[in-house]
Amino acid sequence: MAQLHSPLPGTFYRSSSPDKPPFKADGDAVAVGEVIGLIEVMKSFHEVKAEVAGANIRFAADNEEPVMAGAVLAEVD
Amino acid sequence: MAVNVISPGLSTTVQDLGRPGYYHLGIPISGGMDRYALRAANMLVGNDEGAAVLEAVFLGPELEFTAATTVAVTGGDLPPRLNGTEMPGWEAFPVKAGDRLTFGYLKGGARTCIAVSGGIDVPVTLGSRSTYTLGALGGHEGRALKAGDWLPMGVGKPAKGMVPHNLRRGPGNPAELRMLPGLYWHRITAEAGKRFFADTWKVAPEADRIGYRFRGGTALDFVPREPPFGAGSNPSNIVDACYPYGSVQVPGGTEPIVLHRDAVSGGGYMMLGCVISADMDLIGQLQPHAPARFVEVTMDQALAARADRQAALARVRAHLGR
Repeated sequence: MAQLHSPLPGTFYRSSSPDKPPFKADGDAVAVGEVIGLIEVMKSFHEVKAEVAGANIRFAADNEEPVMAGAVLAEVD
Repeated sequence: MAVNVISPGLSTTVQDLGRPGYYHLGIPISGGMDRYALRAANMLVGNDEGAAVLEAVFLGPELEFTAATTVAVTGGDLPPRLNGTEMPGWEAFPVKAGDRLTFGYLKGGARTCIAVSGGIDVPVTLGSRSTYTLGALGGHEGRALKAGDWLPMGVGKPAKGMVPHNLRRGPGNPAELRMLPGLYWHRITAEAGKRFFADTWKVAPEADRIGYRFRGGTALDFVPREPPFGAGSNPSNIVDACYPYGSVQVPGGTEPIVLHRDAVSGGGYMMLGCVISADMDLIGQLQPHAPARFVEVTMDQALAARADRQAALARVRAHLGR
């Protein structure tokens, strides 16, 4: 099991806009460099890219949840 | 004698103590968002307190040094790593040519000063090396750093030392921001004024070097008025006026904004007063969603708080033998 962390403090979003599907659904596989969500801070949105690959992603942070730097956003197998 | 920027972080800029004297022309004072941390970082590496440093926000850069120098990292708790080994904050450490400085996840605060002995030797623009990104002025090419940038370092002298824990400062939880009411305070009702100070607010994610927006408190009730010519009909509008550094404007009466180092110099929103100069550094260390309260003070209390901050700096100087 590995954890995917937020590099920044801010607000976490799971999709690129409210009317779009999430970047990743629970249970999806993730490759290194794939976008798993966005962090909003200082009037801009920053892509969060997976630093490890894995299967069966499970999100620990909700859409629009405030997060700290280093917070666990998701886990993968 | 340079710092190579391998990766820039989120928005890393060159800052010194700022560019006073041009605000009346619309050019803000800029400079470090936490000038206590900036002064301490410079003292640690043997610089003049107003030498230029790098200010990183939320996410650290990756830097490579082309010559031996001394480095100090102060302010927000962004753990420095030299060639992968964690180094202490608020303490000078030597680096060699080819060494790489990276940072772990931010553990506390928001902005970190990275000082090198001799200072970051970018050109002086209107009396300062500070970056004003909106105006593309000062710093390194008037902008935040990018990968591949090459920053000249001045000639320094060897230095060592650390700032003891009791002389480091960060915001509490909630942060308490002392404020002197005034300016357009008369525009809101007495009840609204009480609630403003009683409420706990939260930093909005869009807060930046221009201003810190807070939300989550009660909307203001205004005293009825006939709008003066040119003010506009919204009760939070005024005839355009100068905006002081630290002033607290409340557009629409809903979300207070404290203007900070890169602020606009004037406009048409009423201001409730000013956060005192002693607490502006604390704002620079607030993360998004951090709780904060505004605490009413008198002018005498504000001046005493300023003297306290100057005394704290004097203790750092004495401790480091500067």
